Amino acid sequence: MSTLVAQSITRVFGRFTAVDHISFEVGEGEVFGILGPNGAGKTTTIKVLTTLLPLTSGTATVAGFDVTQQPAQVRAVIGYVPQLISADPLVTGYDNLRVFARLYQVPRAERDARIESALEFMGLSEFARTPVKYYSGGMIRRLEIAQALLHRPRILFLDEPTVGLDPVARDAVWGQIERLREEFRTSVVLTTHYMEEADRLCDRLAIMHRGRIVASGPPSSLKADMGTPGATLEDVFAHFAGEGLDTGVGFRETQRTRRTAIRLE
Amino acid sequence: MAATPSVPAVGLGRRLATQLDRTFAIVDYEVRKLRRDPSELLLRAVQPALWLLVFGEVFTEVHVIPTGNLTYLQFLAPGVLSQSVLFIAIFYGIASIRERELGIIYKFLVSPASRISLVTGKALSASVRGLSQATIVYLLAIALGVHPSLDPLDILGVLVAVVLGASLFATLSMIIASLVKTQERFLGIGQLLTMPLFFASSAIYPISIMPTWLRPIAYANPLTYLVDAVRKLMIPASTSVFPLAVDFAVLLGATIVLILVESRLYPRMAQ
Ligand SMILES: Nc1ncnc2c1ncn2[C@@H]1O[C@H](COP(=O)(O)OP(=O)(O)OP(=O)(O)O)[C@@H](O)[C@H]1O
Ligand SMILES: [Mg+2]
Repeated sequence: MSTLVAQSITRVFGRFTAVDHISFEVGEGEVFGILGPNGAGKTTTIKVLTTLLPLTSGTATVAGFDVTQQPAQVRAVIGYVPQLISADPLVTGYDNLRVFARLYQVPRAERDARIESALEFMGLSEFARTPVKYYSGGMIRRLEIAQALLHRPRILFLDEPTVGLDPVARDAVWGQIERLREEFRTSVVLTTHYMEEADRLCDRLAIMHRGRIVASGPPSSLKADMGTPGATLEDVFAHFAGEGLDTGVGFRETQRTRRTAIRLE
Repeated sequence: MAATPSVPAVGLGRRLATQLDRTFAIVDYEVRKLRRDPSELLLRAVQPALWLLVFGEVFTEVHVIPTGNLTYLQFLAPGVLSQSVLFIAIFYGIASIRERELGIIYKFLVSPASRISLVTGKALSASVRGLSQATIVYLLAIALGVHPSLDPLDILGVLVAVVLGASLFATLSMIIASLVKTQERFLGIGQLLTMPLFFASSAIYPISIMPTWLRPIAYANPLTYLVDAVRKLMIPASTSVFPLAVDFAVLLGATIVLILVESRLYPRMAQ
């Protein structure tokens, strides 16, 4: 059974359709990527799947629970790292995790061990007692992933996990996502507009454009389907969306992405 | 498609205990944040001190406000205590706005904690700040010769009233934050609200000397009930407007209603 099944999901804001009847499935231990330019509807897709936004129409189940009918059960089995920075700079890494360990009802006796192993897994043990305002961008992202893993979710949603990170920090995050799949068979849904990220991490990919999935499949077959030897994902994207990645960027989207990037510096 | 997995049948008592534990997880977290920067609390104590020292002393001299058998300072101290609780709680919503601008709020909302337990946790966290204010004003009152009641039951009553009052105004503040969403508009509305709440209450003068048009507003103002309860408990010789039971019932009832409203609005902060 697929860990996630989305059937014709749609989200409308006023008269604007941000997510337009898209369907996809994500299997156990699979890393599924949603690749698209700013404003494509990636974040909106993640928000409806994580119960933050009600669906306008369509259905989605996560680990068998319906996101509209059983939001509480869905929340218990998912982990989520938002596009914006979600670690609190005022407290330590440890305290950032402590509150969530309790919200997720990790048994009291196990809490400390669980927090420590999550920090360890993300390579942050040394910095557990440091206030997050002294963390680098890469460390903050890793802390956020650590937090999202505390309750051993069946599926992890990562919204642009490496935006604003330098290549070294980006590589570290990629490595950890790969380990997660290997060691725990956690399913991952990630959004990105980095071709390289999509290529390296994702078992399957959906190319999203203006609220629709315009192509999907493993990166290798998407490229092979182009018929031109040496085709890149960039070419695939240009083919399906009819334009490059750098179009359709409004003020609001740019401001939001930049805000994330600035805070990560 | 596979059948929906069955949800384990968990008793209501167990579920309530779980949500209550989550509420206290939030309180614990907020108190940890406060402990990292206690300077705010000390700064906040300056204003009530000025009210008591300057306003209180001057109006004690001029005898313009009829306070019956109490000195003006005795009448004023509970009002200043309540007012300081109002002031510290009414801007509490700024924390929600900050958490929205960072992405913190999303993570609380995707956690399995019920919206009511999240909101109640935030409201109770605000009351920790209220309690620290109350303590300072109480000590000031003692120092100024107000002779507040030191009976443990009276003090306990004041603490409960402060927790309720702070939760009430903090939740009202979070409701405003959920509606306006931006810091600028929030601060504007907060400032607009504070003074009317303060002046249309019995904090610094009795309702009996208010113009008649103002009295219905005073009766609809939750601050009036907080002042009334705190005054009766802190200065037992005072005459209260309502029985204590009414004061507490109004404070509790209004807090519950506001928490229910905010639990519906809070998730919209993530949309
Ligand atoms: N709450 C909202 N109200 C109105 N419109 C919205 C809302 N949220 C998103 N939108 C619009 O929906 C569209 C898709 O937004 P979304 O955030 O899902 O895009 P995205 O693919 O995540 O882009 P980015 O790469 O910039 O993060 C955008 O045009 C955006 O302006
Ligand atoms: Mg986005």
